[in-house]
Amino acid sequence: MSLKKVSKEQPDKFEFSEENLSLAKKIILNYPAEKKKSAVMALLYLAQKQNHNWIPLAAMKYIAKFLDISYINVYEVATFYSMYNLSPVGKYFIQICTTTPCMIRGAYKLVDVCKKNISEKENELSCKKNCSWTEVECLGACINAPMAQINQDYYEDLNVKQFEGIIKDILKDIKPKPGSYRGRVNSEPEKNRQTLIENKNA
Amino acid sequence: MLKVKVNDIDIEVEEGLTVLQACEIAGAEIPRFCYHEKLSIAGNCRMCLVEIEKSKKPVASCAMPVADGMNIKTNTKLVEKARKGVMEFLLANHPLDCPVCDQGGECDLQDQSMFYGIDKSRFKENKRFVPEKYMGPLIKTQMTRCIHCTRCVRFATEVAGVPEIGAIGRGEDMQITTYLEKAMESELSANVIDLCPVGALTSKPYVFEARPWELKKTESVDVMDAVGSNIRVDTYGWEVKRILPKINEDINEEWISDKTRYACDGLKYQRLDVPYIKKENSFKKISWHDALQILKDKINVTKPEKIAGLTGDLTNMETLFASKELFHKVLKSKNLESREKNIYINLNDRKNYLFNSEIKGIEKSDLILLIGTNPRYEATMLNARIRKSFLKNNTEIFSLEDLGDLTYNYKVLSNTTEEVKKIIENNCDISSKIKNAKYPLVIFGESALTLNSSKYMFEGFKKFLNENNKITEEWNSLNILNTNASAVGSYDLDIVCKTNETLEKIDKNFFEIIFLIGQDNISIDKKNEFIVYIGSHGDKGAEIADLVLPGAAFTEQNGYFTNLEGKLQMAFKASYPPGEAKEDWVIINEISKLIDGNGLFKDKNELLNAMNSQINSSKKNEFSNLFKEEYINEKILTLPIDYYHSNVIARSSKTMNECRNIRSKLKKTGTEG
Repeated sequence: MSLKKVSKEQPDKFEFSEENLSLAKKIILNYPAEKKKSAVMALLYLAQKQNHNWIPLAAMKYIAKFLDISYINVYEVATFYSMYNLSPVGKYFIQICTTTPCMIRGAYKLVDVCKKNISEKENELSCKKNCSWTEVECLGACINAPMAQINQDYYEDLNVKQFEGIIKDILKDIKPKPGSYRGRVNSEPEKNRQTLIENKNA
Repeated sequence: MLKVKVNDIDIEVEEGLTVLQACEIAGAEIPRFCYHEKLSIAGNCRMCLVEIEKSKKPVASCAMPVADGMNIKTNTKLVEKARKGVMEFLLANHPLDCPVCDQGGECDLQDQSMFYGIDKSRFKENKRFVPEKYMGPLIKTQMTRCIHCTRCVRFATEVAGVPEIGAIGRGEDMQITTYLEKAMESELSANVIDLCPVGALTSKPYVFEARPWELKKTESVDVMDAVGSNIRVDTYGWEVKRILPKINEDINEEWISDKTRYACDGLKYQRLDVPYIKKENSFKKISWHDALQILKDKINVTKPEKIAGLTGDLTNMETLFASKELFHKVLKSKNLESREKNIYINLNDRKNYLFNSEIKGIEKSDLILLIGTNPRYEATMLNARIRKSFLKNNTEIFSLEDLGDLTYNYKVLSNTTEEVKKIIENNCDISSKIKNAKYPLVIFGESALTLNSSKYMFEGFKKFLNENNKITEEWNSLNILNTNASAVGSYDLDIVCKTNETLEKIDKNFFEIIFLIGQDNISIDKKNEFIVYIGSHGDKGAEIADLVLPGAAFTEQNGYFTNLEGKLQMAFKASYPPGEAKEDWVIINEISKLIDGNGLFKDKNELLNAMNSQINSSKKNEFSNLFKEEYINEKILTLPIDYYHSNVIARSSKTMNECRNIRSKLKKTGTEG
């Protein structure tokens, strides 16, 4: 991972939507009044969700003023965490896990699909500007490898053909069905449970 | 007291100290990069590792509080190995560009790698590269050299009070930068250069100018404001290359303002090196002998009451005293004035024009009231103390008017004399707050003392504070914030026109000869006066002068200055006056010699002895009676200061010009965007 580039094209203004504003105020109440700056991470994430998966500088300033802290404080946090995007990533943000288990199960084939269908390079918008992709480290779904995360949802047990289908749907602005693509429930075995059958709560 | 052992030496230390401080008390030196006495503890450079008995791993001593019975070891194999390891990591990504680095010779990393490092690196990969960052006209960055000690970040947030520097990214990609690479908007910004233990932040105006070992170092005091910060002047031949802070815990701690540090290039430009005479609207060079002869002829045909003198803001006390003697004994004129405006000053007692609580006293104050003063621009170092007090004691700060960002929070009252009246008549919240405060501070600025009701306000406040026991031997809460380095010295020497009318008469073109002794801040609408300018720079004063006598700047002569607290300090001679220029008191002595044949003083010692006896003589002055003690409802407006252009040296300085341009651009476009 290298230092995140801040987009050159920035919107002039950012404000929380009414719904997010009340949510933000609620989040701030989780912390003692003199330590409300602790809410910075939650608010950044809120701003990211509202603004098509990325945080413009205007939003950082807005949050800094919202929490009475300096701009650089917000900027530091925003550049530190990889979950915050500082340049546009499109309405659908695809993150492909390429850590060892996924890699062994063919993650790089998924990467090739992305390269072919979305953009040649990571973090580049597709021609219709509605999605982009990036490689990430382990997303914690190793048992369902290979997998990709699109916005908030996991797409698991993928193969090249299925993943191509998903991408094509996305490019047409249709949200594909999340979850396992081999019909598994969460991380259970493929043909139902094999062990601990008598234990209902297992 | 806690009993600890450092390298088998038993010592007793206070509670709350860190292991590093305990080691220092015991005389064991601990290398460090991120730890700094005046900043919060970060503990991220790991250079200060020591061994503590019963601890399996080496401990970062700067961040470890000392505990009773600790057995600390700083000279074991483990410590040595730990230091070597840390050093190797720090140097892994540090470029080997010491020969072209301005920090060379005074670099902590260089020194400590000599003592604690190993001779070669095992790091075979490519070193990381970090692009340069823009941090304004004073700070040059070379961020590849940065070792991420975060001293600059902590300084900006804690001491300067402008949280604009930060660390972005993480791990190997961590970079220190200002927010979106804007210039730091602080008057203390250049102190990060001193703080930086490596060559990442270096001085932009001083870039590739000299090596530290080539410079002659002279300890001196600053004259850019009345605080009298202690400085070290580094010279190479005649030229003042740079000015650095010198530690004085009572005045400037170990910081200085940007103006103090960087106005020194103004000592090179616009200098007067030979006497000039104005003929047909242009200046002609003239010899000293002829110049003084012309002056003598002029004085001989002029009545004493038609001669006036104005002393300047950078004039040292020797010159002030010599001028006074010249006017009183030789010229027999009473029109010598040191004030630039008719400021109300009560000269009966020294306490009436000093910052009585002292700068270090600010630290314990619990309430501060600012009346017609903007300490951020009038006395930057004093403002830093107020901020320190604000952070430490959560001091309540009030100002009569909205002064913009002062680097701390303050409450704005109304900026009328009515508000002051209410306070001293014990008629509002603030009065009771002052009464209840243990160490209140009332700071009068010069702007408040130029008003018609200045005497009413000042004397009223004095009475109010006296009645409530806030002016005692132990704590005097009445303070005047003078802005000129020479102000308190002039008041000590009684250099104010007793009839209080010199400035008015100058406006009315009453005088025939006016001496401007380093005075460049008064605009004179010249008609038929013969103006003599004695000073160092060709500025406003020399421009209107008929005769220019070249003097010396504060770095070119030994001279006393009394700071706003009344501390007498000496600015030492670090360089010499250019060309035919002479020390100021010598010029004045020569003038008097020419007129009465004797001269005022045989040598400097005689001058100093005479001056001392005068300062120490008790004061009786009826001058303050000339001001009417009346109350008029008027607005108290702090007169804006052109911070980067407040005196001749700063006005001649290219660096100060650049700072001023950048600041005015910021104001135009606004920092919010």
